[in-house]
Amino acid sequence: MATSEGQPSWATNALRWLSNHIKAIVLPIVGIGIFLIIWSFAASKIDTSLGKFPGPTAVATQVVNLYQEHNTEREKEAAFYQRQEERNAKRVAKDPNYVPKIRAYTGKETFIDQIGTSLITVMSGFAVAAAIAIPLGIAIGLSKNLNTAINPIIQIFKPVSPLAWLPLVTMVVSAVYVSPEPMFAKSFLNSMITVTLCCLWPMVINTSVGVSAINSDWNNVSRVLRLPSLVHVQKIVLPASIPAIFTGMRLSLGIAWMVLIAAEMLAQNPGLGKFVWDEFQNGSSQSLSRIMTAVFVIGFIGFLLDRGMLQLQRIVSWDKASANR
Amino acid sequence: MGQALVAGLCLSSSVVSVSVSAEELGYPEKEELKFGFIKLTDMAPIAIAYEKGYFEDEGLYVTIEAQANWKVLLDGVIDGRLDGAHMLAGQPIAATIGYGTKAEIITPFSMDLNGNGITVSNEIWKQMKPNIPKQADGKPVHPIKADALKPVVEKYSEAGKPFNMGMVFPVSTHNYELRYWLAAGGIHPGYYAPHKGDTSGQIDAQALLSVTPPPQMPATLEAGTIYGYCVGEPWNQQAVFKGIGVPVVTDYEIWKDNPEKVFGITKAFAEKYPNTTIRLTRALIRAAKWLDENDNANRPEAVKILSQSNYVGADYDVIANSMTGTFEYEKGDKRAVPDFNVFFRYNATYPFYSDAIWYLTQMRRWGQISDDKPDSWYFDVAKKVYRPDIYMKAVQSLVDEKIMPATDFASLDGEDGFRSPQTHFIDNIVYDGTKPNEYINKFNIGLKAGDKI
Repeated sequence: MATSEGQPSWATNALRWLSNHIKAIVLPIVGIGIFLIIWSFAASKIDTSLGKFPGPTAVATQVVNLYQEHNTEREKEAAFYQRQEERNAKRVAKDPNYVPKIRAYTGKETFIDQIGTSLITVMSGFAVAAAIAIPLGIAIGLSKNLNTAINPIIQIFKPVSPLAWLPLVTMVVSAVYVSPEPMFAKSFLNSMITVTLCCLWPMVINTSVGVSAINSDWNNVSRVLRLPSLVHVQKIVLPASIPAIFTGMRLSLGIAWMVLIAAEMLAQNPGLGKFVWDEFQNGSSQSLSRIMTAVFVIGFIGFLLDRGMLQLQRIVSWDKASANR
Repeated sequence: MGQALVAGLCLSSSVVSVSVSAEELGYPEKEELKFGFIKLTDMAPIAIAYEKGYFEDEGLYVTIEAQANWKVLLDGVIDGRLDGAHMLAGQPIAATIGYGTKAEIITPFSMDLNGNGITVSNEIWKQMKPNIPKQADGKPVHPIKADALKPVVEKYSEAGKPFNMGMVFPVSTHNYELRYWLAAGGIHPGYYAPHKGDTSGQIDAQALLSVTPPPQMPATLEAGTIYGYCVGEPWNQQAVFKGIGVPVVTDYEIWKDNPEKVFGITKAFAEKYPNTTIRLTRALIRAAKWLDENDNANRPEAVKILSQSNYVGADYDVIANSMTGTFEYEKGDKRAVPDFNVFFRYNATYPFYSDAIWYLTQMRRWGQISDDKPDSWYFDVAKKVYRPDIYMKAVQSLVDEKIMPATDFASLDGEDGFRSPQTHFIDNIVYDGTKPNEYINKFNIGLKAGDKI
């Protein structure tokens, strides 16, 4: 704007620099601000049978509440362990043969505990899926015959809502996983396997597409060098298909997080989904604002997971452009 | 180990007053337990036993977990995910006779008396109201009978519209209470015919009853899927607070001091862990006493505990409405019901055989039990499920250890498990637990001896 006769002055440069930074910092702030205004306006207009729809202040209050509840619970936990030690000591005094045992805290899971549970579940499910899907995807990508054989199965299972699996998973886990001292809780396995099932397909498909699309020159090089097939996979196939594999992984993780919350809601498995459902069932005047808080936390964590995956992709993948897709 | 438990159904009269054979109760065999519950105020004994440290006093480390619905809860106890749970009295009974899921579940502890209500939507209430006589102050005369609802139901059926109502589970107290109330007012709630594979319970029905989990009742009513429901507290008072419905009758008015929830465990659990079973019963008995002590003096504190989000979670005011001796019908019409929910008085915690038999009579009345059964069958089933022997062992040891005075249980002296004939029903029919078949034949609506769908 301030150019005179095509000669850029320092002022124009400064302005350009400023406007770029203004764009990067101010625009998101403006966006969020407008969102908050619309939200609080809309919230004040919606009357539910549980009171007004929660606005930004209600959510802010709940964030503080939930954090305080967490602290209170930790204090209770400390008291619990102390009582237990006293009780154990008493019993040892009475019965010297008794070997004292420390039992885990029996109190409720706080919001922060639930976040941790959900994160662990989604990561485990995702890791299991990756361990299965990537080798499978490579095999399918390498062999046309295998691809033709397995493709119909993938195409049929891919569009199934993972939640449809949940009842099946629940029943199968209950029937198969029987042990007096189980290493994992059944509820954890149910959520995790459901997550795994929904993560599989995008990873298998992306990996196989990536593998089958390898530049034929590279394959020819490998052939000329007479690389053994394992080395071929290790030196040529894997590095070449890394961008595609990561695209599949990012897709999967996004789906996994959405599915996990829904599965937890449906099956009452511990985690953020259970938190949301419990609050909905409580029907107290605070329930909606607590659910709204959970919604933001879920969204924020989903965003962080995606950024994390992206960062990993940038570090690992040679094709930097693929990370921005 | 289990023999000692299985051995005795002998409720010797001296069990309370004498403490000669004071045998010290051993340590619990299983210390870490997980109990399930449904978000209802009558789960209070479990929450109180936890919060007041009664479980810990017994050396039990208990985790308490809300369940999504009664089916999930029952399955949890059967497959061992849960060690025990707050149950509908009908659940252990139905499981034992194999209606629904087959499993051997017993109860050593009855959790409460009363505590339910029937709520209708504002629209239905408006249509019912002209049929209800008024008191001098203009408020409706209570108890309200289903007679007032009958013309409304008939209007719906003439218009070809189904009259839908909700209850919480096919073998729930609520199902039988709602049916009892409807039938007493001449509305047919429909039969079950499990031998034909029909478990919807809507054969010949004028009012169609279906299952909705308790905490979802208000939302389902609000959505217009059902026109009324029968559920435990706080979900009737919640409808009043939300302004979406009007409770018309409490179960206290349908049957004064009716038995309600029980604490259910599998028979296998009780046999494998006898000390644990007695100890958890002890903790629950103490909690029940605390809840009723000094004329409900502890109730405000109990309400505060129950309103925590991990227990019932509804607002303090909503829970307090019924737990502290009053009940609000139509908005502003608050009436005293001091015994709305009883946890200890009137031997509320003792598992009476006659209570189990009443549930069986209703299962037969509505066809859940397809065939006629002799009276002896009713007694046998009751004795399999209700276990006053375990209860009395817990009482005995509480008295022996001077944790509770024997006077708390004085009226259980010489108890044979059958309450004397009960008269306080809304239709004035008398129930005598020793004559189940005679009782079934007294009803106008319902299957009688020899009937089969």
